Amino acid sequence: MGVSINWLKEYVDIDWNAEELAHRLTMAGIAIEGVEEAGSDVIMELDLTPNRGDCLGLINLAREVSALNGRPLRIPQLKIIENRENINDYIKIEIDAPDLCPRYAARVVKNVEVKPSPEWMQNVLLRSGIRPISNIVDVTNYVMLETNQPLHAFDYNLLGKEKKIVVRKAEYQENFITLDEVERELDLDSLVITDGIRSVALAGVMGGLNTEINDDTRDVLIESANFLNTNIRRTSKKQGLRSDSSVRFEKGVDPNGVIYAVNRAAQLIQELAGAEVVKGIYDVYPGQKDPLIINLRPDRVNFLLGTELSFSEIKGYLEKLKFNIKDKKGYLAVEIPTYRPDISMEVDLIEEVARLYGYNNVPDTLPLGINRGGLTDYQRFRDRVKEVMAAYFYEVINYSFISPQLFDRILLPADSLLRNVVKIANPLSEEQSVMRTLLLPGLLENVSGNLARRNQNLNFFEMGAVYYQSDDRLPDEKLKLGAVVAGRVDLNWLKNQVSMDFYYLKGIVEILFRELGIRDFTFEEYEGPGYHPGRTARIICQGQQIGIIGEVHPLVLENFDISDKACAFELDVKTMFEIKGQKIMMEQIARYPAVERDIAVLLGQDAKASEAIAVIKASEPELLQDVIVFDIYTGEQVPEGYKSAAFRLTFQSMERTLKEAEINSRVDAILSDLQKHIQARLR
Amino acid sequence: MLTKLNEIKVRAEELLQEAVSIEKLNDLRVKTLGRKGEITLLLRSLKDLSPEEKAEMGMAANNFKMQMEEMINKKTEELKQQEIEKRLIAEKIDVSLPGLPLMRGSKHPLTRVYEEIRDIFVGMGFNVAEGPEIELDYYNFEALNVPRDHPARDMQDTFYINEDIVLRTHTSPVQVRTMEKLAPQVPVRIIVPGKVYRKDDDATHSPMFQQVEGLVLDSRITLADLKGTLMHFAREIFDTDLRVRFRPSYFPFTEPSAEMDISCVICKGAGCRVCSHTGWLEILGAGMVNPRVLEYGGYDPEKVTGFAFGMGIERIAMLKYGINDLRLFFDNDRRFLKQF
Repeated sequence: MGVSINWLKEYVDIDWNAEELAHRLTMAGIAIEGVEEAGSDVIMELDLTPNRGDCLGLINLAREVSALNGRPLRIPQLKIIENRENINDYIKIEIDAPDLCPRYAARVVKNVEVKPSPEWMQNVLLRSGIRPISNIVDVTNYVMLETNQPLHAFDYNLLGKEKKIVVRKAEYQENFITLDEVERELDLDSLVITDGIRSVALAGVMGGLNTEINDDTRDVLIESANFLNTNIRRTSKKQGLRSDSSVRFEKGVDPNGVIYAVNRAAQLIQELAGAEVVKGIYDVYPGQKDPLIINLRPDRVNFLLGTELSFSEIKGYLEKLKFNIKDKKGYLAVEIPTYRPDISMEVDLIEEVARLYGYNNVPDTLPLGINRGGLTDYQRFRDRVKEVMAAYFYEVINYSFISPQLFDRILLPADSLLRNVVKIANPLSEEQSVMRTLLLPGLLENVSGNLARRNQNLNFFEMGAVYYQSDDRLPDEKLKLGAVVAGRVDLNWLKNQVSMDFYYLKGIVEILFRELGIRDFTFEEYEGPGYHPGRTARIICQGQQIGIIGEVHPLVLENFDISDKACAFELDVKTMFEIKGQKIMMEQIARYPAVERDIAVLLGQDAKASEAIAVIKASEPELLQDVIVFDIYTGEQVPEGYKSAAFRLTFQSMERTLKEAEINSRVDAILSDLQKHIQARLR
Repeated sequence: MLTKLNEIKVRAEELLQEAVSIEKLNDLRVKTLGRKGEITLLLRSLKDLSPEEKAEMGMAANNFKMQMEEMINKKTEELKQQEIEKRLIAEKIDVSLPGLPLMRGSKHPLTRVYEEIRDIFVGMGFNVAEGPEIELDYYNFEALNVPRDHPARDMQDTFYINEDIVLRTHTSPVQVRTMEKLAPQVPVRIIVPGKVYRKDDDATHSPMFQQVEGLVLDSRITLADLKGTLMHFAREIFDTDLRVRFRPSYFPFTEPSAEMDISCVICKGAGCRVCSHTGWLEILGAGMVNPRVLEYGGYDPEKVTGFAFGMGIERIAMLKYGINDLRLFFDNDRRFLKQF
């Protein structure tokens, strides 16, 4: 909201220039976003916190300034000349919903001349961001800006014959046309002002078209009421209608300010529209609100702030705010004016002291005592995972919500449990409407998006939660580690452009596992949704599935507009963490030389290297140190239906130098075992 | 005899001069000093001389032998040196060519900044606490002193799963969860990192972003402690010369509440676009834990006080790395990612 400094000066003297004033207010918790010159005036843009709605009223804002600069506050004196009639002869007011309407007061003014308000008032309203309409409406807005009390003016003669106001909840399927000429369907919780027959205003939000002030208006009913903040907020939200009035009621308005405001309005209408004011105010006040008394212990102020303020200093700060204070034994009994509903506890008063003393005058210390800080094993483990991953992949962060269509694009079967998503009831869009159950779709979108921008040869990883429905109160959140590669190692002058395929990715998984101390893991053939059925494995360790690795299914690649191949994995972080924990125990290093022998055998086309290695290891548990596959070959000189596999065997003994003949006989034994168990033939 | 020795000497010295390779020197050594070399032969022929002559000649020959050996060794060394120098010149490479492109990667800038933040607080004795991203309304709002229909709910537009479950709008629910777990134990010093969600998507708002929250509880924690701790943090993460100021603010879960500003890291406080020409940047919200929140967490506010704070990691990262568009963080464009 914009505040004219010239206008503000009508209520308190200000010697500071605009910048200084803005700074002082900001440092006292009344944030000023900016100041802007407007002719001879300066407009301050207010950025109030929700607890200080009171400062939307200029008098309240001036009270803050007065507390800061010590100059007296000037509240306009009221002079109204009432006629001899009686308000009771003009109107009756009933409140049917006192819980939603703590107070309703009204005055009647007669024989007004509806015309534009004077230029000074129009200027003040314009500078505050409100469009001038007519003298009557402008006065209600002017008084609202001044006192923070929203007012409404009805054309008295357009009210129903009964001349009464009934405040009640809306009826079933009640429709109502507000001043902005929108027909609104009201719900049962909305509060309406009626003339006993039909609604004439949506309480606290906007008046009705049917009783609007117009050029022919002669007599006016001025409403000055108080409505329950939460109800106004709900109605305003439901109707998508925020008005200067609803904004104030939502934040809470002082029910004890009602009378001053209605009088102020009557006075101004009398001055500006030549009105006759009917004697008396019709005031119904079922929700009487009395000032709160809060006890403040000065010791507690210093205890909480870390300051050493004296009793009288503390009292002095509260007196600047014009609070009534009584000295009691060891504490102050402070009466909180009802225009400050934000103060309801002792700490609230401590904050008042602190902000007037100045936060920046409070000393800076470090908490005493010590605490054994640090990370848990699991937190350190995750750090380690990220360290290793970041050596090979760029880390991405994707949104946790995805489009449900992505499940189709990764060919997830219709009955897959992964489609049991947690749905967002009020998503920004369908594209972001369900919580992800896997990382793969996000990673594929990253590849696809980067390829579209001509970023080639991609390698990404993400560590983040996926979400499953659960029978517990809250959904399950599982931390996953996913990675994707597509293309080759970057183009280089060494002509060493390795293709980032399944084995490339698997190699990194193996490095990761070694770093994490995960051993004895196996890669088993697996058909997972989204993956190439012949090029996918699940990774098993200690009987637990750690995750899936594979080449992405060609149809999925097509669905994501990825022209090249891509490979991905997705691992469960907690499972990895629970598996590790194998302590490293050093093995003795042999002092005798190792001997290497290479063998090449013919294996059936579908035989697995891992099977051959298992046979070799089983055949020679004693002297065999290591087996490495160093060649797989099909083609010339290899019969149809076979492949040639070459292994390097390393023999070593802890006790002696091995003899040629001994090794030969062991190699022969291995070969015969290979033949016996998996029908492998020596090449 | 002596003449013969001199002849050998002259010849050997000539050969030594001419020798241009280690092989030639080896030949010379064999020819002159070897088992069948000239000197050996000469010494053998000494047996026919008189004892005096023998001694004289023997000495002369041995002297020569030693001198010769020394000279050959010296020359060998020289030649070796020359050869290695030659080789080194021949083996020169273009060190400006790029290295073998083992596929490289990096941590996301938000991860980097989070780790920096975390390390600063861990250094001050903080632990790291975590909690669910899909959270009960109770922990996200109610236990933080934000009942339904409270105007403060407008400060955070919320994604709902259903009436009781939300995507957490801040990391603060973990404060309450931690208090429930630890109460009435003190001290508590935690930071809480994580993803949070708000229904907001424009140039300066992302529907998902990351926060770090902090909570310190003890038998007496003061606003002064809050200031000291957060000033230390700001100077560690940005710059030791930084100016810091605190302004009163409002959060339902703290009272008194504060906003911390730092002198603009771009213009050093002179005023620029980044700081809207104020010289100050708002970087975090904080405050003394509201007594009602302490009660919700199971602590007696008369016996325990504390402070809490929260900051957006994106904001810190943008200031640290000069990133001008929030959306870059979640766009995952490699040209962006590879700069970190």
